[in-house]
Amino acid sequence: MKEIVLDAKVDNLPQVLSFVDEELEKAECSMKGMMQIDVAVEEIFVNVASYAYEGKEGNCKIEVDADPGNQYVTITFTDEGIPYNPLAKEDPDVTLSAEEREIGGLGIFIVKKSMDKTAYERKDNKNIFSMGYSWA
Amino acid sequence: MTINKVVNGKDLIISLAGRLDTTTAPQLDDELKGGLDGVEKLEFDFTDLEYISSAGLRVLLSAQKTMNKQGSMVIKNVSEEINEIFEVTGFVDILTIE
Repeated sequence: MKEIVLDAKVDNLPQVLSFVDEELEKAECSMKGMMQIDVAVEEIFVNVASYAYEGKEGNCKIEVDADPGNQYVTITFTDEGIPYNPLAKEDPDVTLSAEEREIGGLGIFIVKKSMDKTAYERKDNKNIFSMGYSWA
Repeated sequence: MTINKVVNGKDLIISLAGRLDTTTAPQLDDELKGGLDGVEKLEFDFTDLEYISSAGLRVLLSAQKTMNKQGSMVIKNVSEEINEIFEVTGFVDILTIE
């Protein structure tokens, strides 16, 4: 397992993605898998960067546990911000027309739909969000 | 990300290359704000677009809403990976993908 700890800032997104991609490449993850995982990682990291510390500075730890044998990866995000469970957010209605659709609320929905497993836990004043993906 | 625009009368073709994500989506949003005045046919060429996140989807949705009022919008040459994102989010039904 590899981990990186960064300031929870949107500017650090490219660094987060290159760290994750490097681990996925080592594990020989599929191209489609990398794209879906990158999108999910972006949504979660940007959420933490935008809301967790309410404008103050703070960290986000990202752990990547890739298993090439089982073609499975688990990515975990940990922050010490305000309690926030992204999974509690109601899904947008994806059947509505463009006019009826809201601009927001899509990110976490994409994560839920494209990942095989998502979980949230509040522990020791930390938000711990994890997601699993199989490219088998 | 690079944005390439070709104007032909009331037609506007925008070709995107690279990644349309949280850090680059505001660039496209800026281009479209005001840049759609008088445009009746907006065409996006995604041949060289490698990646799209929800920030990019939001910009597309907003462009679609604008174009619904004044003309039409199509997206061409969408990769399989990006099309998958459109499918998951129901955007396949909102956007015209050719």
